[in-house]
Amino acid sequence: MRQTKIIRNIWLGIENLLLHKLRSFLTMLGVVFGVGSVVAMLSVGEGASKEALEQIRRLGSNNIIISSVKSAEEEQASTQHSHMSIYGLTYQDQQRVAESFGNIKQTAPVKLLRKETRLRERAMELRVVGTTPEWFKLVPRAVLAGRVIVAADEAKLAPVAVLTEFGARKILATESTIGQTVRIGGDQFEIIGIVKSESGQAGNIQIPDKEVDIYIPLQVAKKYFGDMFTKRTAGTEEREKVELHQIIVQVDDAKQVESVALGIERMLERFHKKKDYVISVPLALLKQAEATKRTFNIVLGSIAGISLLVGGIGIMNIMLASVTERTREIGIRRAIGAKRRQIIYQFLIETVVLSMLGGLIGLGVGVLIPMLITHFTDMATVVTLNGILLPLVISMAIGILFGLYPAINAAKVDPIIALRHE
Amino acid sequence: MIRERLSNDRQEIVKLVDARKTYQMGTEQVRALAGVNVAFEPGSFWAIMGPSGSGKSTMMNVLGCLDRLTAGSYYLDGQDVSQLDDDSLSELRLKYLGFIFQSFNLIPQLSVQRNIELPLYYLGWDAIRSAERAKQLGEEVGLGDRLNHRPTELSGGQMQRVAVARALANDPQIIFADEPTGNLDSVTGLQIMELLKKLNQQGKTIIMVTHESDIAAYAESRLHMMDGVIDRIETEAYETDQDHQEYLARH
Repeated sequence: MRQTKIIRNIWLGIENLLLHKLRSFLTMLGVVFGVGSVVAMLSVGEGASKEALEQIRRLGSNNIIISSVKSAEEEQASTQHSHMSIYGLTYQDQQRVAESFGNIKQTAPVKLLRKETRLRERAMELRVVGTTPEWFKLVPRAVLAGRVIVAADEAKLAPVAVLTEFGARKILATESTIGQTVRIGGDQFEIIGIVKSESGQAGNIQIPDKEVDIYIPLQVAKKYFGDMFTKRTAGTEEREKVELHQIIVQVDDAKQVESVALGIERMLERFHKKKDYVISVPLALLKQAEATKRTFNIVLGSIAGISLLVGGIGIMNIMLASVTERTREIGIRRAIGAKRRQIIYQFLIETVVLSMLGGLIGLGVGVLIPMLITHFTDMATVVTLNGILLPLVISMAIGILFGLYPAINAAKVDPIIALRHE
Repeated sequence: MIRERLSNDRQEIVKLVDARKTYQMGTEQVRALAGVNVAFEPGSFWAIMGPSGSGKSTMMNVLGCLDRLTAGSYYLDGQDVSQLDDDSLSELRLKYLGFIFQSFNLIPQLSVQRNIELPLYYLGWDAIRSAERAKQLGEEVGLGDRLNHRPTELSGGQMQRVAVARALANDPQIIFADEPTGNLDSVTGLQIMELLKKLNQQGKTIIMVTHESDIAAYAESRLHMMDGVIDRIETEAYETDQDHQEYLARH
């Protein structure tokens, strides 16, 4: 009974609003855009933070990545003919890092080579990653088939290779990949396993693995390919000697990542004359990225908030005008016996219906915008249940907040004067 | 506080005792009612007359529980209602009083039926019962075929009939009619008066404000106001003024 009465009142409110369709629609528009932008903003924000969490998972939140780079001096020198650049991280660096810090769990040295890999007539340029078994613990990826490199492979100098899912599909394109032999450069390697690769739409943060990777034991890489590289570009020949391209360090505790990174930096400074390495802390980058996103969200949120406020004021404005316009109606209702609070109720319901309707349309707009964003850009968006409920609650609150004053004004109308009102 | 139903077995349904009402108009004090003593019997038909500014409208508003006295008492069916708050007065209007106005005062955006249903809505009737009653009342006032029309599609006489039907919806004890024929041509006006007369014969107390003597002639008693006090009373119910004075003296 009570429920049907509310429905009846809401229906009466809708009927009244339908009398002025255009006016009601225009009044609603402010809330439509306000709620729309709140929903869109929430889903973009939600998508961003979900993506950030995903990246932490992929990067390993406790990792520090040290990479070799050519120092500025070396860069200049290498323009000369037949110069050999020697730079970057060394095997010794890795040992020092691993031994000097108590709170380092494990380290993985990485040697990177670009080699053509072929299986019979299929060929592909792959990134050859010479590394130790630790790699697979630091960059944990699902093993799809076979096994990953183990310590025994290193010890035996076994010519084995682990392919990524992507590489396996491109080169092998068969089911029975394990045990096949591929040629990397001039040497034969046996495929022992296939791992998943996760270098998708990574955003601005580097992820250690790539889908064009092929992993071989570090010692094997060292023995077969050495530390010397020759790069031929536009007629010039560049020779480089780099022992390790990367050292990935895993720290016990995420809280210590930054202090360990600082310690490593200090230590490397002592042993390297030139600055031929960079230390990147994914966690710090992520934190920074998140802080940026948070600022972005606050700005968006304020804009959405302002449009909601404007929408609410618009509703209030129209309702105040409507009360004046309907003074006589209010007088009639009061004369017939409507109590003040019933008049308040009537006008409040109209405002709430108006703003809720605006909220619903806004919700539609707000869900559509993230879908378009995801469709046209790589940005992930997530519409959560909260992202839907919150704007509806907000629009209802706006209806009550901005409807209360006009409704109270309506109830103040003196029936005697109102009945004479023309 | 408010009894479920006002009883008809009392001698007077409304009674004013030294009723006073003053308004503040700018800096001036206007004495709209300056000590009125009057009592109406249940089932009577009164016309309140007088020039504008005589206090007849104020008296009507007070009797209709739309306005409160500044001093004095108003007894509605024996109950002193002069001290009641706004909500209680609203409830009295809703349950026991009906109103008919000069300018009809229908709600233009509602259909005829919805206008008639309005008091029932506030009485909390459900939609089905309200619709039945509204149809029945519409037929009683001769507008059974106009229920779905908007008031603006009706003639003045038809609008006033809707107003009468609406005033009857809550089955009131008293019907207040404020210049009910003021906006109607004479023929339609007389039809409305016949309708009111019929209602009076059915037992409704009718209190009407008018300044037209031929309309006032429909009432069995006429009360002339002047400068906020009763100028004179003509009544058919009592043979002479004397009788009424005696009647007043008894109360």
